[in-house]
Amino acid sequence: MIIKTVIKKGAYFDSVSLMQISKKINSIKGIKDSAVVMATKENKNIIKSSGLLTQEIEKASDNDLAIAVKGESEKILEIALKEIDKMLSGENKTGENKKDETVSSIDSAVSLNKDINMALISVNGRYAGGLADEALDKGLNVMIFSDNVPLETEIKLKKKGLKKNLLVMGPDCGTAIINGAPLGFANKVNRGNIGVIGPSGTGIQEVTSIISNLGGGISQAIGTGTRDVKDDVGGITTVFGLNMLNEDSKTGSIIIVSKPPQKKAMANILNAAKKIKKPIICLFLGSDFESKEKNIFVAKNLYEAALKALYISRGESEHKAKEVIFDEKRKAQYLAVEEKKKKNKNQKYLRGLFSGGTFASQSLFVFKNYGMEVYSNIPIKSELKLKNSMKLEKNSIIDLGEDEFTFGRPHPMIDYGLRNKFIEEQSKDKEVSVLLLDIVLGYGSNLNPSADIMPYIKKAFKNNPYLTIVAGVTGTDMDPQNKKELMSDLKKEGVFVFENNYLASVFAAEIIK
Amino acid sequence: MKNNLFKSNIKVLNIGVKSFADGLKESGVDVVNMDFKPPLYGDFTVWGKVEKKIKNIEKANLKALDIIKSAEPFLVGMDIAINVIPGMKKDLILHAGPPIKWENMCGPMKGGIIAALIYEGMAKDAKDAERLASSGKIKYEPCHDHNCVGPMAGIISPSMPVFIVKNKKYGNFSYATMNEGLGKVLRYGAYSQDVIDRLKWMEKVLYPAIKRALSSAVEIDLKSMVAQALHMGDEVHNRNRGGTSLFYRAIAPHIIKTSDKETAYSVLEFINKNDHFFLNLSMAMSKASLDPVCGIKNSTLVYVMARNGTEFGIKVAGMGKKWFTGPAPVPDALFFPGYTKEDANPDIGDSAITETNGLGGFAIAAAPAIVQFVGGKAGESINYTLKMYEITVGENNIYKIPSLDFRGTPTGIDLVKVVKKGIMPFIDTGVAHKKPGVGQVGAGVVKAPKEPFINAFKEFFN
Repeated sequence: MIIKTVIKKGAYFDSVSLMQISKKINSIKGIKDSAVVMATKENKNIIKSSGLLTQEIEKASDNDLAIAVKGESEKILEIALKEIDKMLSGENKTGENKKDETVSSIDSAVSLNKDINMALISVNGRYAGGLADEALDKGLNVMIFSDNVPLETEIKLKKKGLKKNLLVMGPDCGTAIINGAPLGFANKVNRGNIGVIGPSGTGIQEVTSIISNLGGGISQAIGTGTRDVKDDVGGITTVFGLNMLNEDSKTGSIIIVSKPPQKKAMANILNAAKKIKKPIICLFLGSDFESKEKNIFVAKNLYEAALKALYISRGESEHKAKEVIFDEKRKAQYLAVEEKKKKNKNQKYLRGLFSGGTFASQSLFVFKNYGMEVYSNIPIKSELKLKNSMKLEKNSIIDLGEDEFTFGRPHPMIDYGLRNKFIEEQSKDKEVSVLLLDIVLGYGSNLNPSADIMPYIKKAFKNNPYLTIVAGVTGTDMDPQNKKELMSDLKKEGVFVFENNYLASVFAAEIIK
Repeated sequence: MKNNLFKSNIKVLNIGVKSFADGLKESGVDVVNMDFKPPLYGDFTVWGKVEKKIKNIEKANLKALDIIKSAEPFLVGMDIAINVIPGMKKDLILHAGPPIKWENMCGPMKGGIIAALIYEGMAKDAKDAERLASSGKIKYEPCHDHNCVGPMAGIISPSMPVFIVKNKKYGNFSYATMNEGLGKVLRYGAYSQDVIDRLKWMEKVLYPAIKRALSSAVEIDLKSMVAQALHMGDEVHNRNRGGTSLFYRAIAPHIIKTSDKETAYSVLEFINKNDHFFLNLSMAMSKASLDPVCGIKNSTLVYVMARNGTEFGIKVAGMGKKWFTGPAPVPDALFFPGYTKEDANPDIGDSAITETNGLGGFAIAAAPAIVQFVGGKAGESINYTLKMYEITVGENNIYKIPSLDFRGTPTGIDLVKVVKKGIMPFIDTGVAHKKPGVGQVGAGVVKAPKEPFINAFKEFFN
């Protein structure tokens, strides 16, 4: 061990800075110990015990800076001394006093930012309710992305919102677009005069994207949370949202995207809808709801809901939607006929692998309308429930966003891993004819969809050259992902790509039927 | 009130998934991120009770804060401990932190007691002192239970001289010994002959001189002194250079007036050489300011935080004099050459009374000279202070921080806020060697442990 000493005459540094330097120097490999101190009597005593008190330091006075380093070699000591010089001269300091933008509580957030008007809450469901309650007390509108919030809490929060005239979206609200701001999983869409409301996150993403892609625009999209249309909640947020959209001068027409509401909730919603003069397009997916009101229009699928709203908002007839869908369906049928010719006779079945729950449901209803029975983890009839959601049989469609798959794993819209595994597995099944997929773009979703899915698409075709892969892509050219590139990559490999789930499902059904 | 959301610019408070904020920022939306921490105690039935009582609690806490803010602590004199400290006895030694038995005491506290017994003449050497200390003939009680505070080991024995601080507004008193300086000193558990000699000199020379001077100066307004010290770069816990200078200025003329030349010189030089001389006064004045809130019904304001080197204890206004404790953490510190974290004793001392009073770590934004303890950047020390506003009842009216545009320091730790937000009080601290007799080995910062707060919270809402 060698000790090296340097004395800097009359150089004052505060002791804490010096301790900090010493701490850093001691972490250099090969340095045994160091002392960087003002040479006061007390400090001399302290370093005496560590054996660093050299004669030079002994002679130094109160106002001198004493540096002593003990290490393995001359070279290491040189490095250490250079480092000390650098730190003493402050070279390693950036000099910026960056103030933290992060706050620790709703209290301080609101007191420091009086203009906050929306809380987006995505913490563990155990705590989401309490935070939402606090946010409401502070006069904020809330969106609760979190699920697993108790039903009673949801009811309490929504009643409080009603009393305070604040919007409560969720719990389990995946998507909203407020004043153009994408909240949660949402697409970048044109702003316009169509308002959207409903419990279905991917449903809202689909209709807002379709409208935007066809040149229309969205005023507001309000998520309600999946349980809003249950009788326990009674459609509180759906009704509240309808009234907000009614008062909003920039909203011309309104779409409701929902699974069929329960009786009481339905009555509340229709009662509110009746009082509104603006046209309302209702999609209650899978129900045979019929309208008795002049301003209430019925759509049977997401594509139709989007088109009807678009034409109505342009002052055209809602009937045009039917014509467009008729044309598109015919095109899909022709394509299907051609594709079917390539099939061998063992290829019989459909396997739908979905990341969006509403897409899985909509596909199930499309196949039901073709008179085909499809097994699922979210079946239309209970006898069609898959015994094992990991083992697909005959025609089957699975929603990979269900709790059984997402436990301890990111949502399949973010992490493609699980579905990729399914794609590979299903392509090895010689009885499979069609793989039906959804790819959902937008904020919150996987940012590299093409890179993540293409290798598995290629593998699938390699395993089964006669396989048909159909994908419905939800999103816009303004989304953070590169939609154009994704679609051309898919097409290049031979995937049939549709810009909505309905047509993709129709095409798949035409092949299987 | 109408909902104007659609007519306003949207500004989002994002609580949870951070990437949601990125998407919003990219779309040109204003976002504030909130760093959410789950509460320290997760029983929701208890939180239901909190909700029911919260209005009464807030009212009681504001009342307590007003009492703290209106305190008028003055240094009014000095005397020998046994003459003035309530309940002081010949066989009683007071120590820092919550109650503890001899066998559970840490090294530095045992060392301090050994020093005190030798100083008192009750033992002739360390061995003798240890025998007596463990014999059961000596009683040990917390300083805090006798209106006292003591830094580090916090040892007060019957014949030690003490400062007398009076809160004139509420008529209560507090007491503290004089600060011995740095290095090998009793409060860090050192008991060698030079330590005893210094204590004797303090008793025979320093104490009478200051006592005489005080009777000439009448009294010193400590609150105003602390307020000024904060503007001189002190937070009056780990940095007391400003406070000591102010005290020196106030006392020096009177010492010269009332002592002979040689005594005056030695006394003034002693104060001058010890930057921490003011620490014991900032502690005693904090104690005197806080004590009157004891017993305020429904108040969750924490009015004592103290450590004995083994355990960390707190007292809560609404629960009177009861201690709530948990294990004391080892501070995150910068060490003197030759020492490491291995040598460090768990946190010790009553000096966290300064933080409890809205000073010390709570006011670290006022003390740029010691920001190295918190990572070396002035901005970071500001963030530490800002964070403490999250867990306090309010802001001080007298103690102000220049770098925060003279905002009052965060004052009055609220037990409910601590447990709810999971933000722990931030304390500046010195570090003692874990072996008795070695002394100070470093200085740094420490976060109060969770257990005492959780225990107090559970009992409060039981």
